[in-house]
Amino acid sequence: MSDNPLLDKLLGPDGPELTCDECFEHLDRYVELQHTGRDADAAIPGMRAHLRGCPACAEDHESLSALLAADA
Amino acid sequence: MSEAVGVIRTPPAAERDWVEALSTPGRARDDAVERLHALLLRASRFEVARRRRALGYVRDNLDDLATQAADDALMAIMAKLDTYRGDSRFTTWAYKFAVLEAGTKVRRRAWQEREMPLEEEGWSRLPDRRAAPAGDLETAELLGAVRDAIADALTPHQRTVLVAVTLNDVPIDVLAERLATTRGALYKTLHDARKSLRARLAEQGLEGATA
Repeated sequence: MSDNPLLDKLLGPDGPELTCDECFEHLDRYVELQHTGRDADAAIPGMRAHLRGCPACAEDHESLSALLAADA
Repeated sequence: MSEAVGVIRTPPAAERDWVEALSTPGRARDDAVERLHALLLRASRFEVARRRRALGYVRDNLDDLATQAADDALMAIMAKLDTYRGDSRFTTWAYKFAVLEAGTKVRRRAWQEREMPLEEEGWSRLPDRRAAPAGDLETAELLGAVRDAIADALTPHQRTVLVAVTLNDVPIDVLAERLATTRGALYKTLHDARKSLRARLAEQGLEGATA
């Protein structure tokens, strides 16, 4: 990661990351793990990097997380 | 890209009840479909409300958009019911389909009457290395090097996708629709383009500055 948001957007995450399809497949489990205080990133490696690199998947993640919070 | 490790487990009873009810023809199935649709509609309305600002100028009935998203999510869920593994609550698994459908519909509707920005408009945001602005020289040099790498190291298709998504903020699913492809395929193109840019920076000894 750099200190510059434009560079971050252009270069994306620098580690291994999931694809959009893999992200969707694991999104429900990832968000539930986050909401129960578990280590979601250890359980689903590559998810955080993908959410940094893909604005659309990041929006879906934010929304599902907000929906579960509203349901709690 | 890496593979996530999935754990296959048996869904707990309440989750199995959903799957069983939705899989068995009869009255119970109709009731379950109705309950599921109500949940999906709630999730779709929630998502449309969250994204309402993106639709500021749109005069459509946004509840129609949410209903369409819930309908499409229900169809997707029924087609993929056998892939539910119980890794999360059934309702969380179902919600993600509604969030995806509603989010995609909102982004596409917001861009429906908008022209796609020209590639050159994105380029203008990147400084020329030969005319680096005052301020953070290291960042300016990096941005200039990235600008050169976009010109030299990418294919025309990679350049189009990278500039549209990262510089012109075109949502990737909107771009996918315009280019008649999928979000996943475009993200792969973006991923490969970023990899090429990083490789070019590394050749110039600049890679460490972005880590």
